[in-house]
Amino acid sequence: MGEEVTFHGMWASPFSRRVELALKLKAIPYQYIEEDLSNKTPSLLRYNPVHKKVPVLVHNDKPVAESMVIIEYMDETWENNPFLPRDPYERAMARFYAKFIDDKLLPTLAKLGQTAGKEKEETIEEIHEQLKVLEDELKGKQFFGGQRIGYLDIVAMILVWLHLAGSITGQKVLSTEKFPLIYEWIERVMKMEVVNECLIPEEKRQDWIQLAQRAPKSASN
Amino acid sequence: MAGELVLLDFWPSPFGMRSRIALAEKGIPYEYREEDLRNKSDLLLQMNPVHKKIPVLIHNGKPVCESVIQVQYIDEVWHDKAPLIPSDPYQRAVARFWVDFIDKKIYELGSKIWKTKGEEQANAKKEFIECLKLLEGELGDKTYFGGESLGYVDVALVPFYSWFYAYEKCGDFSIEAECPKMIAWVKRCMQKESVAKSLPDQEKVYEFILQLKKVFGIE
Repeated sequence: MGEEVTFHGMWASPFSRRVELALKLKAIPYQYIEEDLSNKTPSLLRYNPVHKKVPVLVHNDKPVAESMVIIEYMDETWENNPFLPRDPYERAMARFYAKFIDDKLLPTLAKLGQTAGKEKEETIEEIHEQLKVLEDELKGKQFFGGQRIGYLDIVAMILVWLHLAGSITGQKVLSTEKFPLIYEWIERVMKMEVVNECLIPEEKRQDWIQLAQRAPKSASN
Repeated sequence: MAGELVLLDFWPSPFGMRSRIALAEKGIPYEYREEDLRNKSDLLLQMNPVHKKIPVLIHNGKPVCESVIQVQYIDEVWHDKAPLIPSDPYQRAVARFWVDFIDKKIYELGSKIWKTKGEEQANAKKEFIECLKLLEGELGDKTYFGGESLGYVDVALVPFYSWFYAYEKCGDFSIEAECPKMIAWVKRCMQKESVAKSLPDQEKVYEFILQLKKVFGIE
């Protein structure tokens, strides 16, 4: 399905990086447009008038917005390296845990930077409970998707980001003792070239931490 | 394929209504079980340990949680009857986008309308109407969001109609006056048995809200 694919993203947005990873996993050629969120391009505003956010995928001039909607669209349009399993029940499970990450884990992580003292401890407790859900989901599997990287692995990349942030700030929310399976998964995916290509480059990581601490709400804004 | 189907639900939940409509549209028999949310059943806690929420669809003993995931699951398993999700990938993406929009906006704004007063309520009302107008734009001249037949977006949105009367009374405004196209669409949906029998009476929902306000100490 060779055609024109453009992707509006932002270097520090995990949602944007998710779509980037999905594009690379399916080896889809695309043109990338880096958006300055304080000065959004007219085409971004035209393609996503409802939310005015990144990421937006444009396929033959037809825009798709919202990272998970984009990822499902890609999976249905480019059939190589499928992300979602075929079985309806397994699909429901993958979607459930992806939604869990987006609706629960991400907002709690965003809250972390804004809390201190007892509230911070309680937030970390909450994150640990949420991480346990994902740890359990990895039991007996190489990847969240089973034998190969899939839909849920793409969304779970936030765990890699959490690990990187912990290495920089020194505050390790994700401990190897508590979450050995997650750690093994992180090591496994970080060996993949495509995954590394979609991580924030080392030279920008300090900037990224500062950005995240200043503006805790989703960077895809 | 049918097997055993149980829906753990709570009568005023717009999310539960989505699954009720989807199952009814496809003529799939199931057992409806009413949950008392102040005293959740062991089955609910066992089937949805992560969120402990309704609705939960249990198919042959295996739980599917989250209403949008349930509707997609129902559509995929019983794909030959009354398809809800478009077959074209781009149309699907559009439908999913609007369902995501509904989930991000409608419930939360509606909740603010009955829970708050003053400026906070006024802002919620304004934004609520703006969201409905955006949805009216997406509907356009179509009979349903799904075109000639009920689709994913219709199923996701129409349950909130059962709460409109409560929002209007609490917020002292008329949704029909602001969004006549939306109400016209609702009326078309309500002519379908699958929708009409899945939605509770609006007055009953309003009484329920009044009870909640007492419990929460909201005036």
